[in-house]
Amino acid sequence: MNPFRISARRALPARIGAALTVAALAVTGCSGQAGNSGGTGAIDYWLWDTNQLPAYQKCAEMFEAENPGQEVRISQTGWDDYWTKLTAGFIAGTGPDVFTNHVSKYPQFTELEVLAPLDELPATAEVDPEDFQEGLTDLWTGPDGHQYGMPKDWDTIGMFYNQDMVADAGLSPADLAGWSWNPQDGGSFEEIVAHLTVDKNGVRGDEPGFDKDNVEVYGFGLASAGGDNAGQAQWSSFAASNGWTSTNERLWGNRYQYDDPKLHETLDWFFSLTDKGYMPRYGQFNESEGTSGQLASGSAAIVPDGAWMITAYASSEGVNVGTARTPAGPDGTSKAMLNGLADSVVKDTDNPDGAAQWVAFLGSAACQQEVATAGVVFPARRDSTPIAAEVYRQKGIDPAPFMAPVEEDNTFYVSVTTQGADVTALVVPALEDIWANRLPASTLNKTNDAINVLFEVEE
Amino acid sequence: MSTTTRLQPGSTADRSGSRQRPRQDTKLALAFIAPATIGFVLFLGWPTLRGIWLSFTSFNLLTPSEFVGLANYRRLVQDPIFWDSLLVTVQYVVINIGVQTVVALLIALMMHRLTQSSLLRGLVLGPYLVANVVAALVWLWILDTQFGVANQVLEWIGLNRIGFLSDETWAIPTIALINVWRHMGYTALLIFAGLQSLPGQVYEAARIDGAGEIRTFFSITLPLLRPIMALVLIMTVIGSFQVFDTVSVTTGGGPANATNVLQLYIYDMAFGRFQFGYASAMSVALLVVLAIITIVQFRLTRAGSTDLN
Repeated sequence: MNPFRISARRALPARIGAALTVAALAVTGCSGQAGNSGGTGAIDYWLWDTNQLPAYQKCAEMFEAENPGQEVRISQTGWDDYWTKLTAGFIAGTGPDVFTNHVSKYPQFTELEVLAPLDELPATAEVDPEDFQEGLTDLWTGPDGHQYGMPKDWDTIGMFYNQDMVADAGLSPADLAGWSWNPQDGGSFEEIVAHLTVDKNGVRGDEPGFDKDNVEVYGFGLASAGGDNAGQAQWSSFAASNGWTSTNERLWGNRYQYDDPKLHETLDWFFSLTDKGYMPRYGQFNESEGTSGQLASGSAAIVPDGAWMITAYASSEGVNVGTARTPAGPDGTSKAMLNGLADSVVKDTDNPDGAAQWVAFLGSAACQQEVATAGVVFPARRDSTPIAAEVYRQKGIDPAPFMAPVEEDNTFYVSVTTQGADVTALVVPALEDIWANRLPASTLNKTNDAINVLFEVEE
Repeated sequence: MSTTTRLQPGSTADRSGSRQRPRQDTKLALAFIAPATIGFVLFLGWPTLRGIWLSFTSFNLLTPSEFVGLANYRRLVQDPIFWDSLLVTVQYVVINIGVQTVVALLIALMMHRLTQSSLLRGLVLGPYLVANVVAALVWLWILDTQFGVANQVLEWIGLNRIGFLSDETWAIPTIALINVWRHMGYTALLIFAGLQSLPGQVYEAARIDGAGEIRTFFSITLPLLRPIMALVLIMTVIGSFQVFDTVSVTTGGGPANATNVLQLYIYDMAFGRFQFGYASAMSVALLVVLAIITIVQFRLTRAGSTDLN
């Protein structure tokens, strides 16, 4: 499961049922304000990741021991149903008091006024933002200056590769450590990817007679055009190291920059890898299997993906997985998008103090170390990160390529703006057009105009 | 009832009896109609009116909505994605209904002329018994570019793999044909019922006059079947315009909006983007389009009259 890459539209079937519930509720006049129906005083906490459930269960036990009289009830729902269930819960008053939130969703929730500002609740206001990795608290601070989420973990983007394929091609991990790319000829990155590509006759991508229409192993894997989160685990690292930023401000900008020629030359080069046969074409692999499926099945030698997938790659049967940083770009740096989840308090909870205490505890050293030991994510606290890194190493995966961008401050944010859902609805098809139909990236100019109209109307 | 009373001016008991009966009938009739009426008002009448009202507001489910007048409709006229999705929907309907009607007619004729077996007639309904989402999922896997059986077969016979649901040119025809597969049996059954109502003597007369199967079909069956075909077309076109589940399961509207049918766009606008006001305006537009198409079909096919009199 990769909760970060599933586009909203792919999850539709699961949402039909919830949608009907929502429609029925609207009709029968239950469309009141959000609120918690519990009434028992227990704190309802929702999350979607099963892998994280045991760690948070332990945190809940510790919290209950420390706070007699408080009870935490944890519900886990898969990502596909999570957001519709949450929305239906807000409307029907059956939602949680506290829930795990995602950057791509929370701006919309702040617009719908369903989140409580954590800086106004006593327990959460006391938490020191300096305890967390640089930039995480900023990510969860709204345009009104209020904090809407308590950072719980963080992630960056790196490359996973098949060590045996790399060795068979006569390459070493050092080649991947020092690689670079440029929009003209793709640099050493493209050379490596070409060399790792093998057609059905065993001819490599950089050898004469290579049949690009019958490829057995792609040098570089791809599962999505990357329209939903500004190319997060696809092309964002390349575009960023070529000097592109998605919006005019780091956070809460009011102008998107999909019209930037720097982005266009990046995307034109990036998707040209499919024309050359080094990267899969659109629709060739099932999107839901992700790049991890391509690496696990031996269909790809190197794939880009996020830190939240480290454990999944570590358990790939029969594949020795190595990790590398994203290649250095024209600006000389290797960049990675920094993102993270957080816990939010629902505005109309019937137990705001208890909810805030629980959220503060989730961000405490005691709970974050528990999460770190489980080895499924990098916890948000600075002091817990090394513990998680050690657990990853024991699992046989080197986490250093994912930690380096943070240490060097070579990170950038996903686009966090108002109108997020509208922007996604416009950008997803536009990027699919570039990958599937190989339109020039300059077609994004039109998309960008349509996006920026949204912000002009808003003003 | 008054006629009855006048014809039988019997005792006072009789008269009072006949006067009471209509009242009892009315009560009984109301009782019978009530469940359907309540259902209609609660689940269709009221939501439709509310939907029309919402199309003039900025309703988003959670915050108080404002009356915005015609703003949603102005946006609709200027929204290229709306017009594009309408066009995609029309493409789908043309392929879906065109193929489905011909195939269903052929199946109905075969059921009518070739077999009396109720087992065979029942089998034709098979696909219709499969839930839409299940049918879509099964076809999604059959047609998968990498692992799909269909593409495996194509490769065996020496052809290239086809991205049935991931290629812009193939996606809409593929989805349309998946739904033809699912609905053809049901449509055939409707036509078959119509065929059985055609009088035998005209066929007998045709045989005596020496008309062959094909001549009989074009000169007798098809003209006499016109009211039935009109009904079938009106019903299937309305259903076809509302395609949603198959698209949402197989392509989710992609690639690049190539299968972004109107219902999907409306759904995403409402439940993905929380713009229930604008989504309602598009639903109203769809209602108007369907009403116009139905009236035109009704007129063109003279669905209300028959040639059998």
